[in-house]
Amino acid sequence: MSGRGDSSRACAVCLRRSWLIARLAGAIELAWAARRPLPSVLALGDAELIAALGGERRDRLTDEWSRFDAAAARRRCSDRAVTAICRCDERYPAPLRELPDAPAVLHVLGDPERFVTLVERDCVAIVGARRGTPYGLEQARGLGRALAAAGVTVVSGMALGVDSAAHVGALDGGGTTLAVLAGGVERPYPSSKRQLHARIAAAGAVVSELPPGTAVRRWTFPARNRIIAALGRLTVVVEAGERSGSLITAALSLDLGRDVAAMPGLVTSPASAGTHALIVDGARLVRGAHDVLELLYGAAAGEEGTAAEGGRPERQGEGASAEAGAERLPADLTLLLERVGGGCDTVAALTADGTAVDGVLAGLAQLELRGLVRRAEGGRYVCRA
Amino acid sequence: MAAVLSRVATFAIDGIDPRPVWVEVDVRAGLPTFRVVGMVGTAVRESRDRVRAAILNSGFEFPARRITANLAPASLPKVGPGFDAGLAVGLLAASGQLPAEGLERWAVFGELSLGGELRPCRGVLSAAEGARRSGLKGLIVPRERAREAALVEGLEVAAVRSLRDMADVLDGGALPELPEPVEPEDAASQASLDLSDVRGHALPLRALEIAAAGGHNLLMEGPPGSGKTMLARRLPTLLPPLTLDEALEVTRIHSAAGIHRHPGLARTRPFRGPHHTISASGLVGGGHVPAPGEASLAHHGVLFLDELSEFSRSSLEALRQPLEDGHVAIVRGQRALLFPTRFMLVAATNPCPCGFAGSDRACSCSDAELARHRRRLSGPLLDRLDLLMTVARPTAEELRSPAAVTSAVVRERVLAARERQQRRLRDCDARCNGQLDARLVRMHVRTDEAAQRALARAYDAGALSARGHDRVLRVASTIADLDGRDHVGLDDVMQSLALRLRIADSWEAAA
Repeated sequence: MSGRGDSSRACAVCLRRSWLIARLAGAIELAWAARRPLPSVLALGDAELIAALGGERRDRLTDEWSRFDAAAARRRCSDRAVTAICRCDERYPAPLRELPDAPAVLHVLGDPERFVTLVERDCVAIVGARRGTPYGLEQARGLGRALAAAGVTVVSGMALGVDSAAHVGALDGGGTTLAVLAGGVERPYPSSKRQLHARIAAAGAVVSELPPGTAVRRWTFPARNRIIAALGRLTVVVEAGERSGSLITAALSLDLGRDVAAMPGLVTSPASAGTHALIVDGARLVRGAHDVLELLYGAAAGEEGTAAEGGRPERQGEGASAEAGAERLPADLTLLLERVGGGCDTVAALTADGTAVDGVLAGLAQLELRGLVRRAEGGRYVCRA
Repeated sequence: MAAVLSRVATFAIDGIDPRPVWVEVDVRAGLPTFRVVGMVGTAVRESRDRVRAAILNSGFEFPARRITANLAPASLPKVGPGFDAGLAVGLLAASGQLPAEGLERWAVFGELSLGGELRPCRGVLSAAEGARRSGLKGLIVPRERAREAALVEGLEVAAVRSLRDMADVLDGGALPELPEPVEPEDAASQASLDLSDVRGHALPLRALEIAAAGGHNLLMEGPPGSGKTMLARRLPTLLPPLTLDEALEVTRIHSAAGIHRHPGLARTRPFRGPHHTISASGLVGGGHVPAPGEASLAHHGVLFLDELSEFSRSSLEALRQPLEDGHVAIVRGQRALLFPTRFMLVAATNPCPCGFAGSDRACSCSDAELARHRRRLSGPLLDRLDLLMTVARPTAEELRSPAAVTSAVVRERVLAARERQQRRLRDCDARCNGQLDARLVRMHVRTDEAAQRALARAYDAGALSARGHDRVLRVASTIADLDGRDHVGLDDVMQSLALRLRIADSWEAAA
């Protein structure tokens, strides 16, 4: 059970490989900084890796390698309630095998049975800016929630901003979510996401290719991104600046032959420059969960998906009233909602034409209570996803 | 010649309270010395030299004998130059240059110059109140401060210019006439601040009006240069004029603190905007010799804390008692001093450390900075803030547009709303909606059914905490008052909801 990780089935060769990568993390960092492509490093065999990166420590490393204690490695995992699933295990996610540099071992925090069912479902990766705008965070969260409610597994990296918002949404929508970390699986990174980390481990699963106790390094993030890209049948980018790391994930997905989709923002928004560029380059445009479901299952499924979204189990009352409210929304509130959606998203902007403040304030509160808008920082209002 | 003893009444200002002090002067034969005893501070010891010069320069004689002056009670620490007049008069009486009878009826208060002129000093109003309480006939004060002393009814005030004049009064001479009341200059200076200077800012204008009408504490959020300070400075012009009692309290505190410039009664509500580097004792009062802090100087006015997140945690913690009780108690030795602190709190903050989060310019803060900013803004003080008003930079078009309102127009509406509140709240100790606690909210805020349903829905949806629920009702009640209604309707609650402080939204906190 999840209380103690079960690593008995991880084989010694794979565990040793995983140990070696963590042992050489510093050397890989140097190679990566010297612009050596990561896949070409991670695809090397153990002996080649030591030869290429071991430097003066080569002999000592070879010695340590040959005396590797697999039992101790398994113990280190199970002591931290981590399950190690190796390449030779039939539970190892099949999509990862398509990677030329597939991780030898996946370390899983959370119930391993559940992890297996999560990976067997259709997985969608949601990635995006660490500092998303209120709009982007709202969209990521809405997407996560609706996809999870529709039974899709939401894969992301638990980074600040869009990643975390997608996880939180997925937790709200039923909990089918996988967080792929850049460091040891038992270490919440960033540490401010400790709570989210615990919630994902309890409801979904947290995974990493590196053994417990490994600290993050700069190269472990792109390495982590390749796992996210490989796990997702589809990668959805929600808000990415021009040089965002999420674009790397998108490129990796393309390399693997996966679909890439992007959610648009305002064309003037620098926060969406990267996603717009993706769309121009041919990425699928996604307006909401129904578009994602349509990409996964075809036209009819999208309709079903919206229906599933409407009946979100955890917020039945609110959802139902929000929808009933949407049907009978008075004309003035409809107009207000349209203006907020059109970029007039502060009281100052909404009253610039001389509209009375009282009416705007009351109207915005009505929309907020009906679940149609949400207050965000800077006194802005965002239409809810 | 035998030893002669004289006794003169004067006052020490302890915090803002007057403490009667008797100046006893003993003049006897012996080696010429002049000693002052009775827990005196440096300024009091220095007053020996001032008193000697003032006496000689006023044409009196300084006795070449052994002089001992005692300031009783000896247990009270005495600081400042306010005992000069008492010492000089006591010395003149003890050396036979003044009849002693006058000293039984008059108290004296003031600082001397070397030339013998009586200089204005702080705390005159408190001293005058002390004189009346001690049953004295009158108080001799420097002419510049005479109007302040004359605010106390049933007390004769002798407005004198010099030690000579003072001697004449004590000798039974005619009382000099009080100076003419002067048109308060600070009323004029405040008149220069008006809401008609404001362009655009429709939301802040509305929020300020509500805050003024209900006495609600207010949080302003907006990027640098958007006009937060400009708006806050104009809040006092929307508040009702000071009542006589309030004006007396303000005058007393400001006079004791030495910042009361006007010769008579304070007419305008104070506005205090301390810098964020202020210490806790600077903010609420304290010090070795307790002095009122900014919170007391803002009594009956507005305390403006710009850059709220930059204030030290200890300073903000210290504001809790003044906000909750309306006064601070400072204990020194065996004495507890009470400083009144009924002010409206206006806090301002940037949305993030660089100031541009959520605005059209890109925010350049690191995640750690943002997290720190958020952490510093949380805490008990936020529970005392009823309203959140977002301040946006006015557009160029708005800057060209005419002013929307004047302070006078808004003040009329505020006054009407306050009268309504006072009528409704006449049986309890709260004076405005901002002072209602949870119990009083339940007793005095009447809502109609639609409003109740909306509130319940907001509460169930997690948009409101229990405290937030009361705050929304307080503000909604003020909005209804401004509209001339006692009953709170749906629209009032809706507006109030839109102005509430954000509570840490669960997913934003987790995301």
